[in-house]
Amino acid sequence: MISADLNIILPEIVLAVFAMLALIGAVYTGKDKLAPVLVWASAAVMLVMALWIGTTGGQDQTAFWGMFTDDAFSRFAKVAILLSAAVVLLMSEGYMSRHGLLRFEYPVLVLLSVVGMMVMVSAGDLMTLYMGLELQSLALYVVASLRRDSERSTEAGLKYFVLGALSSGLLLYGASLVYGFAGTTLFSGVIAAATEGHMSIGLLIGLVLMISGLAFKVSAVPFHMWTPDVYEGSPTPVTAFFATAPKVAAMGLFARLLFDAFGGAIADWSQVVALLSLLSMFLGAIAAIGQRNIKRLMAYSSITHMGFALMGLAAGTEFGVQAMLVYMAIYVTMNVGTFAFILSLSREGQPVTDIGALGMYSKREPGKALAMLVLLFSLAGVPPLVGFFGKLYVLQAAYGGGLAWLAVAGVIASVISAFYYLRIVYFMYFGEEREDALDTGGSPVLWGFLMVSAFLMVAGVVNLFGVEGAAAAAAATLVN
Amino acid sequence: MDNLLSIVTFLPALAALILALFLRGGDAAADRNAKWLAMIATSATFVISLFILFQFDASNTGFQMVEEGTWIMGMNYKMGVDGISVLFVMLTTFMMPLTILASWDVKLRVKEYMIAFLLLETLMLGVFMALDLVLFYLFFEAGLIPMFLIIGIWGGKNRIYASFKFFLYTFLGSVLMLVAMVAMYADAGTTDIPTLLAHEFAFADFEVLGIHIVGGLQTMLWLAFFASFAVKMPMWPVHTWLPDAHVQAPTAGSVVLAAILLKMGGYGFLRFSLPMFPVGSEVMAPLVFWMSAIAIVYTSLVALVQEDMKKLIAYSSVAHMGYVTMGIFAANQQGIDGAIFQMISHGFISGALFLCVGVIYDRMHTREIDAYGGLVNRMPAYALIFMLFTMANVGLPGTSGFIGEFLTLMGIFQVNTWVAAVAASGVIFSAAYALWLYRRVVLGDLIKESLRTIQDMTAREKWIFAPLVVMTLWLGVYPAAALDIIGPSVEALVGNYDTAVAAADLGGPTVAEANH
Repeated sequence: MISADLNIILPEIVLAVFAMLALIGAVYTGKDKLAPVLVWASAAVMLVMALWIGTTGGQDQTAFWGMFTDDAFSRFAKVAILLSAAVVLLMSEGYMSRHGLLRFEYPVLVLLSVVGMMVMVSAGDLMTLYMGLELQSLALYVVASLRRDSERSTEAGLKYFVLGALSSGLLLYGASLVYGFAGTTLFSGVIAAATEGHMSIGLLIGLVLMISGLAFKVSAVPFHMWTPDVYEGSPTPVTAFFATAPKVAAMGLFARLLFDAFGGAIADWSQVVALLSLLSMFLGAIAAIGQRNIKRLMAYSSITHMGFALMGLAAGTEFGVQAMLVYMAIYVTMNVGTFAFILSLSREGQPVTDIGALGMYSKREPGKALAMLVLLFSLAGVPPLVGFFGKLYVLQAAYGGGLAWLAVAGVIASVISAFYYLRIVYFMYFGEEREDALDTGGSPVLWGFLMVSAFLMVAGVVNLFGVEGAAAAAAATLVN
Repeated sequence: MDNLLSIVTFLPALAALILALFLRGGDAAADRNAKWLAMIATSATFVISLFILFQFDASNTGFQMVEEGTWIMGMNYKMGVDGISVLFVMLTTFMMPLTILASWDVKLRVKEYMIAFLLLETLMLGVFMALDLVLFYLFFEAGLIPMFLIIGIWGGKNRIYASFKFFLYTFLGSVLMLVAMVAMYADAGTTDIPTLLAHEFAFADFEVLGIHIVGGLQTMLWLAFFASFAVKMPMWPVHTWLPDAHVQAPTAGSVVLAAILLKMGGYGFLRFSLPMFPVGSEVMAPLVFWMSAIAIVYTSLVALVQEDMKKLIAYSSVAHMGYVTMGIFAANQQGIDGAIFQMISHGFISGALFLCVGVIYDRMHTREIDAYGGLVNRMPAYALIFMLFTMANVGLPGTSGFIGEFLTLMGIFQVNTWVAAVAASGVIFSAAYALWLYRRVVLGDLIKESLRTIQDMTAREKWIFAPLVVMTLWLGVYPAAALDIIGPSVEALVGNYDTAVAAADLGGPTVAEANH
């Protein structure tokens, strides 16, 4: 029994053991000198795990009496998490070592948070849910303040921690109410108690509190306040990490909770999620207009994108979950490219985040500017780039779920958000040439990720690289 | 050739890719190569597209040369042409070599310039050939990206404002259409345009937020599509992006915008609004009529007081598009024939007029009407050509401009006499602004010191105008050349429309009944 269970969580065990061995090894030997090797090794381990999870595991199974679920949905999310985390690690190595930030704790913490995320998307029980969430969050709090001598970075870490603790409190309180009224912490038990029209008031309050806690993790309005500050204050590679893997994990957990535990009461949460989605789309779109710092801008951009992904969830259908998964996969791919671009911006070796500094960048770096142009239009959801198909998916889901008003609101928000993406294009292509021009050249690794990401945005129009099918299978196992 | 349409569509994009990947360096030789490659690619596209015209069977009212392949999300990659779209395809392939030739003197970032125009050609051709709803939207929207860059990079002084206005205005219009497309997919279960044309969308009245919607779903969908196409067309009162975009765009950009991009709106009405939502069209037609009539009179008057030549022609375009929308929603043979004819002819005429402005702009670097006068003394050839297109713009019999205006007025007269009367006054206004412009720029004595040394058109410029002159006169004298191709498809469209409207029984006299 136990050995079968352990078999199921083998990927998580491997990662956790590797993280701890790396920690011990580095402490007793070279410490920070080992960091570059550790980064590459961690990325490699994560890639191998992604490959393993992606290619094996046919049937759905549960471990530990239903507390841990291994199904197509969790595999889809895990592959996305592992791939994006590995890619971000690879991108950060050069930047971190150039700015003296590359400590050996960094890859270890990323690994541990990834283990947390994998547990999150596999959660089949309120306890598992909370364990995964906290493991991920605690690692992230530390990573946010990695630049210890920077006021901004420590502020980001502290802010993230305090607000994160608050949200964990909300979540935990909600979970305890759910437990109290359902009599069990297992999702399979909760779903039996929480059926349409027969939800007790305690369960309902518990549900809303848990949604609030999770909304914080996906940075949905009105629980988004931490996002711009943490994005801006953290070192840029960490921001890139925040914008990708944790978002997938939180969205995955969100879907898991809503469908596995409250799938019988869709009407009860659909409106709440729809409202979160509406507010996120509009606040993100409008607040980003005034931003000059590209990291803050990307923070608001990610709030808007989370609003769109939530639109898929709000539909409360299988197609909605598929739409959300496709959207997240596309979102992560775009963000990897965008952050590769941001990481490569520097002036005399110092990182630059002011978008005004991009004046006439297209003249100095035509290739990179073009790739960024493609990514920006894709982020804005302009066809024929892949970002458009993500939008189309969630719009279809929302309409099919009877939320036509949300679909209309969504497209209007996407027009507003197009403005600030266009503004970056404006600086790169039409702006004034500046005296203090940005450095050219730069890391080939970043260049490579930028180009690959832009290429995927264009080439994906042919068949979306089969993400659709995988997402459909994942959604089918979650919603049944 | 089974995939003729795809070859025509993607040939320019292929040339753009070659330019992007293999052309290195920014010296004069690289610029020259870029120009020649673009010229060869667009010319080859035109030559190959002639085969579409030869193979086209006008008596067949269905889609021809259809290609189909599976795509994502249950959609298909499907291309085809019918009597309504084939001439737009030809117009596009015909105009593109001329616009490339007109940009021969571009100095700034020639390679990118040519890439933008080549991509734009692919996207425009795709719009007219796509037979899948989402594929259509993809081409329709994607065209914004190169045009945004063309205005923004190679435009005039106020180009930033114009490019943002252009992009956001048209984007806002189009996204509502996207939601409508999602709704259509949900209703019909397919995005295949031929199937959707046969599908009957629900038209039972319903209430939205307490407002009673006559025509129900059809009217809602119609409105969403209208939001997109009316902006693209552009119709009064959402035309304000056009003068800005035209004035700031480089000459070739203005030509493409006026000659082809504006026609996407009219094409959209004919492909989607009218045949797919006949009841919605019927309900909303009076609105379109009056918007068109107002557009014709109002923008003609606005054109009268313009001091910038491009702006004047831009407003005149809006007025001429008013005839088109009016003709389309008259929903009878003359009206729609005239609307399509007017769009094709306007493509040649407005394109030529913008080129005329470009000729003197290249010499004097100003578009102010006041800066010119008496050009006939130094530029007789220019004066002649400019006069021809001025007259064509006015709608002088013998030029293609006349046929389109006359047919649309005839179409609308059968449906709504008052609108026809108001619209007919536009013919006089157009004569007023066009002739006055011509008098101020070309006639009179040459008193401006700066114009004393201005040179007449070069051989290259004459060659650009030659095909346009031929087409304008040929279609003016022998309109059957185009109408024979359009006719059968339009007849089928009108027949289906009348049947659908009669079946819906809206109560009260309808446009369709007035036609008989």
